[in-house]
Amino acid sequence: MSQTSKRISYAELRPHLRDGMSILFGGFMGVGTPDGIVNEILDAGITRLTVIGNDTATPETGIGRLIAARRVSKVIASHIGTNPETGRQMIAGEIEVELVPQGTLAERVRCGGSGLGGVLTPTGVGTVVEEGKTKLTFDGVEYLVERPIRADLAILQAHCADEVGNLVYQRAARNFNPIMALAADFVVAEADEIVAPGAIDPDLVMTPGVLVHALILAGAR
Amino acid sequence: MDAKTLIACRVAQEMQDGDIVNLGIGLPTLVPDYLPEGVQITLQSENGFLGMGPLNGETLPNLVNAGGKPCGMVPGTAFFDSALSFCIIRGGHVDVTVLGGLQVDQEGNLANWMVPGKMVPGMGGAMDLVTGAKNVILAMEHATKDGGAKILKRCTLPLTAAKKVSTIVTELAVFRFIDGKLVLTEIAPGVSLDEIRARTEAEFVVSPECSEMRLPRWVVQ
Repeated sequence: MSQTSKRISYAELRPHLRDGMSILFGGFMGVGTPDGIVNEILDAGITRLTVIGNDTATPETGIGRLIAARRVSKVIASHIGTNPETGRQMIAGEIEVELVPQGTLAERVRCGGSGLGGVLTPTGVGTVVEEGKTKLTFDGVEYLVERPIRADLAILQAHCADEVGNLVYQRAARNFNPIMALAADFVVAEADEIVAPGAIDPDLVMTPGVLVHALILAGAR
Repeated sequence: MDAKTLIACRVAQEMQDGDIVNLGIGLPTLVPDYLPEGVQITLQSENGFLGMGPLNGETLPNLVNAGGKPCGMVPGTAFFDSALSFCIIRGGHVDVTVLGGLQVDQEGNLANWMVPGKMVPGMGGAMDLVTGAKNVILAMEHATKDGGAKILKRCTLPLTAAKKVSTIVTELAVFRFIDGKLVLTEIAPGVSLDEIRARTEAEFVVSPECSEMRLPRWVVQ
């Protein structure tokens, strides 16, 4: 394994940001969303974004800040109810919202990063979620075929990283982070702490460094 | 005792010692306060852990419930990512899910995630929970604020899942789905069968063993 550090500055993230790009984000109600990277995206002024993650938090937290700043044209999420701005822009026809059951969203992104063509799930059978989807029946159980999701960029929040990109998350901030790490062309993690290779017990690594292209130390300018 | 407390109290009597339980927001979160003596349950939080507990003064970073609010954890807690959280949920590893409802019908269909044109928060984890939990308990007030029926012949709102509800607990009655039929099994103290019929649109069978609602003695007195 290359021992070259993956550490970059917030400014060095800038070339990876562009209008119209799709972004997978870790976080659940903003917990586990990298705030410094969201700041950098806001400062970069990029717009027409597609954001994909569990929920749109609030207008003041998490990815919700990009929505409040009107940088987003499409949201794929399981829940938008805590951010009135998402609902308002949806009703006004300013952004497109695709609602996906939470477990299905996790599996679709996992498929996108795992070389799989999709997943069969019983969730959503008999509801509006099944509209337009292929249904298959095995052993008497109906399943929906749910297709993979990938994006241009994934933004993660980790508690600790080592220089080669191995990540450890803290408590409930793990949520979607390890899944989003799988499925983007460029994956950047903001870590509270960055340590030397070997300083994290290999048995405790939650996301292996092979999935992570760049690391930013939280708050470092 | 108000309706919500009575419902939570009755739902708590459904819990078996050792159950893995996922509680929806609102009324269901009251259930742990009324567990019968000797019954201990483990709470699954969809944002990625098993072992959620009450907040005992101190808040820890990144320890939040599925509403994003600080919570506690019990000894033996395990954290995991959202894909594993929903493997646990869909995979039948959760014994009981307790959630609220806007409508339920005599087929066991549940609607609790949107009101077209009015409220479109998203389904979050509800569709996966109702699809995958072994026992789906609907804990809700019997009628709408205007007195309209919520237990219907057929749901008119978009479904959360088809034919998955096991038990309905309201402040008036307990119903169970037995062999595909809606069966009235318990009536709250001081409530008549006629009153239940008047406030229930669904067709239901009265169980030959129908009894007074099973509540702890301190509630009935």
